[in-house]
Amino acid sequence: MMEALVSVESILDKWNNEDASLISILLDIQSECNYLPKEALITVADRLNIPLIQVYSVATFYKVFSLKPRGKNIINVCVGTACHVRGGQRIVDEVKRKLNIDVGETTEDKLFTLETVRCLGCCALGPVVVIGNTYYSYVTQKMVGTILNKYKKSKNT
Amino acid sequence: MVTIKLNRLEVQVEEGWTILEAAEFYGIEIPTLCHHDGLSDYGACRLCIVEIGEGKDAKFVSSCTYPVEEGLVVRTHSKKIINYRKLIIELMLARCHTSKTIQDLASKYNVTSVRFKLKSDDCILCGLCTRMCEEQMDARAIGFVNRGKERKITTPFDIKSDVCRTCGACMYICPACELRCQGPEPPGVVCGGCLNIEYPCLDVYEDVNCYLDPCAACLLEESRKNKSTSNTEEKNVFNKD
Amino acid sequence: MNMRFPGICEFESLCGKIRESKKDESSELCLIVSSGTCGQAKGSLAVIDALEKSLKKHNLDKKVDIRITGCHGFCQVEPIVIVNPKNIFYQSVKPEDAKEIVSETIINKKVIDRLLYVDPKTGKKIKHEKDIPFYQKQVRALLANNVLIDPTKIEDYIGIKGYAALCEVLKTMKAEEVIYEVKKSGLRGRGGAGFPTGLKWEFCRKAKGDVKYIVCNADEGDPGAYMNRSLLEGNPHSVLEGMLIGAYAIGSSEGFIYVRHEYPLAVKNVKIAITQMEEYGLLGKGILGTDFNFDIEVITGAGAFVCGEETALIASIEGKKGEPRQRPPFPAQKGIWRKPTNINNVETWANIPLIINKGAEWFSEIGTAKSKGTKIFSLVGKINNTGLVEVPMGITLREMVYDIGGGIPNDKKFKAVQTGGPSGGCIPEEFLDTTVDYESLEALGSIMGSGGMVVMDEDTCMVDTAKYFLEFLQEESCGKCLTCREGIERLLEILNRITEGTGKEQDIELLKELGELVKDTSMCGLGQTAPNPLLSTIKYFKDEYMAHIRDKKCTAGICRALVEYFIIADKCTGCGACMKVCPEEAILGEKKKSYIIDQSKCIKCGICFETCKFDAVVKR
Repeated sequence: MMEALVSVESILDKWNNEDASLISILLDIQSECNYLPKEALITVADRLNIPLIQVYSVATFYKVFSLKPRGKNIINVCVGTACHVRGGQRIVDEVKRKLNIDVGETTEDKLFTLETVRCLGCCALGPVVVIGNTYYSYVTQKMVGTILNKYKKSKNT
Repeated sequence: MVTIKLNRLEVQVEEGWTILEAAEFYGIEIPTLCHHDGLSDYGACRLCIVEIGEGKDAKFVSSCTYPVEEGLVVRTHSKKIINYRKLIIELMLARCHTSKTIQDLASKYNVTSVRFKLKSDDCILCGLCTRMCEEQMDARAIGFVNRGKERKITTPFDIKSDVCRTCGACMYICPACELRCQGPEPPGVVCGGCLNIEYPCLDVYEDVNCYLDPCAACLLEESRKNKSTSNTEEKNVFNKD
Repeated sequence: MNMRFPGICEFESLCGKIRESKKDESSELCLIVSSGTCGQAKGSLAVIDALEKSLKKHNLDKKVDIRITGCHGFCQVEPIVIVNPKNIFYQSVKPEDAKEIVSETIINKKVIDRLLYVDPKTGKKIKHEKDIPFYQKQVRALLANNVLIDPTKIEDYIGIKGYAALCEVLKTMKAEEVIYEVKKSGLRGRGGAGFPTGLKWEFCRKAKGDVKYIVCNADEGDPGAYMNRSLLEGNPHSVLEGMLIGAYAIGSSEGFIYVRHEYPLAVKNVKIAITQMEEYGLLGKGILGTDFNFDIEVITGAGAFVCGEETALIASIEGKKGEPRQRPPFPAQKGIWRKPTNINNVETWANIPLIINKGAEWFSEIGTAKSKGTKIFSLVGKINNTGLVEVPMGITLREMVYDIGGGIPNDKKFKAVQTGGPSGGCIPEEFLDTTVDYESLEALGSIMGSGGMVVMDEDTCMVDTAKYFLEFLQEESCGKCLTCREGIERLLEILNRITEGTGKEQDIELLKELGELVKDTSMCGLGQTAPNPLLSTIKYFKDEYMAHIRDKKCTAGICRALVEYFIIADKCTGCGACMKVCPEEAILGEKKKSYIIDQSKCIKCGICFETCKFDAVVKR
């Protein structure tokens, strides 16, 4: 946690403590810590000299931010119109079934977090799932298990 | 000063006023919920909507936030607006029916049923409390968090706030906090006991006519309803006698 | 390397030299690989890697250039490799193909038949891009450049006449003359509202104040639309040059590019482009020796569709929640930090250098009387040729779907085309001959929007589609105004009842009544256009709604509560594949005998339907 706070301070320095850069600051913190820790938000409010409720308000407004710790692998299932028309929702349902978590939740072993996104701009390849930097295209419900196993295996190695 | 057309009347208003202020000045009552004279204009409840412009360019705006300008044409009580206000009140009731303020609005605008599932939330998200906390009490302890359906008013992290002075101003200003009066009607969605008038002139005209002539149509209609159905000749309500 | 040109002529002289050298390059061997986000998603990076290795093996890595470009538009067949100078078009290239491309096409000058595009109608193999049916009705004024340049190299952009428009403007035109030219062209905002761009610039120029801002709205939030992404990834300089010209015309010295968070490659390429512009002295103080100053900042969004709305975007740039506010005052009078601000879409900005270079008259000759120029659409959904399509305004929907799009896959029947994203409506078959322009689409209850065009077939449920868009908007609504927030929630409640089989006949009237309220009384564009998909589907597909309500049937087989999965005994071979994959163990049977689905356990997930190779599982 101390390390996290140190990076928060350096992020705030990078953005010159400007309150107009609040969103960019929060994006950098999330990049660093994989989520927005409570202490980080309090530090930000303090240093930018703005009310804590304002920081909290912005942090809860934008979908990219997570106030809960997220898993190692963030599964992003695209449910944009083109992917939806090709059955994207069923992919979400299958992941939910396989991992026993809902959208926005993290598995107990902290290996996976399930999120949805609309859209990634890869409509020709729908349904699309992105995990980290890897894009999976033309995903079917059957493929979900195989894809998840890859990450489960690599956790054990 | 600028000249605007308010319900077909040409009137002079101060530049910088909102349509709501201009209407109030001329004695035209527009319902509001999230508006308060001592707080900044918010425009969230949409109850104060009015129609501006004419023909194809006509559109609906919240009168509490729209500034007057030279040549603006405003209708405050057209048939469509009355219907929209009723539907908005219906939506409010569906969310928050235990509020006396909202029940009174329902009575006044003749909303007698709610066609949506009841939520029984105790917050109508009007933002009066947050503006009170920020602008009048200078505390900034509460605010809006999340967005869309999840939007709510709370303190950071939903825990006791360090800057809250427990002044109670938020409770004072809240329209939902006032429990509805336990009148003669059994508890239900719409209490509607106090005051219920439908505008009869809307059967004939496109706008409510109270502002043009001393039209006693509404009062006559009320007295007509109060009398049981009898053979009394129906007066032509549009005669002034 | 920081060049500071003392004057425009010196810069033009350098540009001239670069353009000369590019002319020589056109006759040289070059491998062009499409590598935008979707190309990369399909493995273009591995293809590039394999080509590099192969060239090195044959000692050709210094002789043959590999040009890594952005999206070419024909996303269906990515990764695309074009071999120059003969312009041979290879599609769906895999890393394993790299060796053959180098040995056969580069060295032996032979065409590899199996990598060519096959016209599905004639069966003929096609060698060149221009002969492919997908491209033929297109007028790729903007997108064609994506093929010609590596977006991370400013010299490539200069080579295709890049920054010539800027020089012309700075040298020979006054700000008012630029605005006049843009007005004359008839360019209208490509972000959705279609407001005349020249007029918008004029408002901002005339607004009081010394400090003015310009913004590039790259928040492209419409699901299914990715035109802006491909322009920013594939040709960021075109957008930046447009912004410079706009800033000059309006009198602004500071600009922002607001890119949505989900486009990391676009952000990367734009930042590279800006760095290169700074190196060439095209940004900062005293650009090219004039007294024009301009700086650009890239700002990333954080996942809020509503930030595509101008006043919400402004709030976001100011570090606040993306909550729209009522207008007036308009951004042109009071925008960012209450200063006059001009916001335009990516595609609008990209059209500016084109208009200056080729002239307003050239631009206004394309399109219809009120909708000038070309427009990029993303043609997606149930369509054979998914991709980005640039067409002149005035082309018909039928031409888009059938001539360019290649029709519906698997011989399914066309049902509707949804235009304009969540703010638009669904257009049925009877209107396929409608021309694509602002007014015609609006007359049908839809909008042009930013250019998303989703094709739907007989297997798409229109009630589910209306539900989908409302669910999207419910998540994305800022939640401030009551009519949008509560209205959309109640509309969804009713639609959910209908898709679950408990709808009532009076629900349709209530949906229409509530829809009109949300449309007329919400404060911002999101709420005002939210009911469009619902109202248009009720208008054109009422019988589908009635089937859901009266007959409790979903004809497209999508609404789970109204659909039953069933195994046809005659077709079932007893292989047991479906039983293995059923998550609820709802399929019973013995090997070699036909299986049955236990309806009480079935959750209608559809995995068995997906799995069965014998078409024995059906929906009814």
